[in-house]
Amino acid sequence: MEKKLITLIVNDIEYELYINPKTLLVEAIRDHIGLTGTKRGCETVSCGACTVTIDDMAVKSCSVLAIQADGRRITTSEGLEKNGVLAPIQKAFLDEGSYQCGFCTSGMLMSSEAFLKETKKPTEEQIKEAIEGNICRCTGYNSIVRAIAAVAKGKYAEVKS
Amino acid sequence: MIHDFTYLKPGTVKEAVAMLADHVDECKVICGGQSLLIVMRQGLVAVDYLIDLKGLNELSYIKYDEKAGLKLGATTTHRAIEKSAVIKKNYPVLTAMEERLASIQVRNWGTIGGNLAHADAAGDPAPVLISLDAKIKLGSSKGERVMSLEEFYTDLFETAMEHDEIVLEVQVPPAGPKTGSAYKKFNLIENDQGIVAVAVTVTADKAGVCTDAKIVLGNAGVVPIRAKSAEKVLIGKKLTDKLFAEAGEAAAGDADPVSDIHASSEFRLHLIKVLTKRMVKQAWDQANKG
Repeated sequence: MEKKLITLIVNDIEYELYINPKTLLVEAIRDHIGLTGTKRGCETVSCGACTVTIDDMAVKSCSVLAIQADGRRITTSEGLEKNGVLAPIQKAFLDEGSYQCGFCTSGMLMSSEAFLKETKKPTEEQIKEAIEGNICRCTGYNSIVRAIAAVAKGKYAEVKS
Repeated sequence: MIHDFTYLKPGTVKEAVAMLADHVDECKVICGGQSLLIVMRQGLVAVDYLIDLKGLNELSYIKYDEKAGLKLGATTTHRAIEKSAVIKKNYPVLTAMEERLASIQVRNWGTIGGNLAHADAAGDPAPVLISLDAKIKLGSSKGERVMSLEEFYTDLFETAMEHDEIVLEVQVPPAGPKTGSAYKKFNLIENDQGIVAVAVTVTADKAGVCTDAKIVLGNAGVVPIRAKSAEKVLIGKKLTDKLFAEAGEAAAGDADPVSDIHASSEFRLHLIKVLTKRMVKQAWDQANKG
């Protein structure tokens, strides 16, 4: 095994990492970079707690090799807030109480963020489909769907992130 | 714990097959890794070299031509297929299948070539593509070959690929006139893998007689199964509700499902009967509109 030098651009900061190629993206983010908002859940591509975006596309970071994301732009839940101001989806989650234990939240936020960027005026059905890959074991789905719908309807439009 | 490996990243297909020829018995090919990384973590797959095709943009394409049909490059993502306007127009059954394949996250990163090569009996694309008479193009350092996707599957997680070959392309012939396709998997959560799945493509002539039928059962055995006795029930006849039901009975006879935590084999056989009946009807109605 030969270690490799890779560059990950996480939340607009460039990180050069010298890693074992088997390092998963979630491990690079949590253990090498130290951003622990992204959660390790099932580690079998099922639960979605580890969801981050790569070039605005939601992926499960437990099932992507960090080296496959070399040079790509990654956003984690820590990257949603800009200059101390929460992103609309974060505000909406707060207002709607879209979490109970909170373990699924960062993954839910990232799936929602990617979905809202690509879908304007979504239906409730589309919102539910968007978070199908994220499991909330407290089953607080309704409040999450409400939060995404609120952002989509422009409730937080004045909040520039 | 994933076994340590040396990571190889080819820049071209030529380089990829050369690397594969060099490490043929000690390596594995990864693309999106949505299935492979799970089994690597479980220790079921442990290799010394991993060849990564994910960045091979040369193989990421969707081409359509009225005469030649559809060509999907192996590294095309599920999401790209799902969102393709030309696929939605000409092969709506593929779009519908992709919309129900795992989650958005998996479809964003996972690829069609990787999915087919992984050869999971419960995979969604294979039954649909076989019912559409798809072919698969393979390549090695010695050359290329094309084979029917039906013959590609030989056993559970086993394919007809040689160890030095990679998947290059999936080819789907143009959909003929008065042809309809339908696919349905049965599961408890809509986007899970199917407990069983049925894909059907049927063609009608002007007189309303069924001239061709391809019925493929997913997760009803170790490989996708062509339900040929069910097809025989349909071909050459004007289809009726009675024949739809008869085809369902025949399809169950062609299946060889296991019992597992998800369902007993008896329940799977029941589901195959019902799904085949419904999917043949759905495809037939569509064919007669076209």
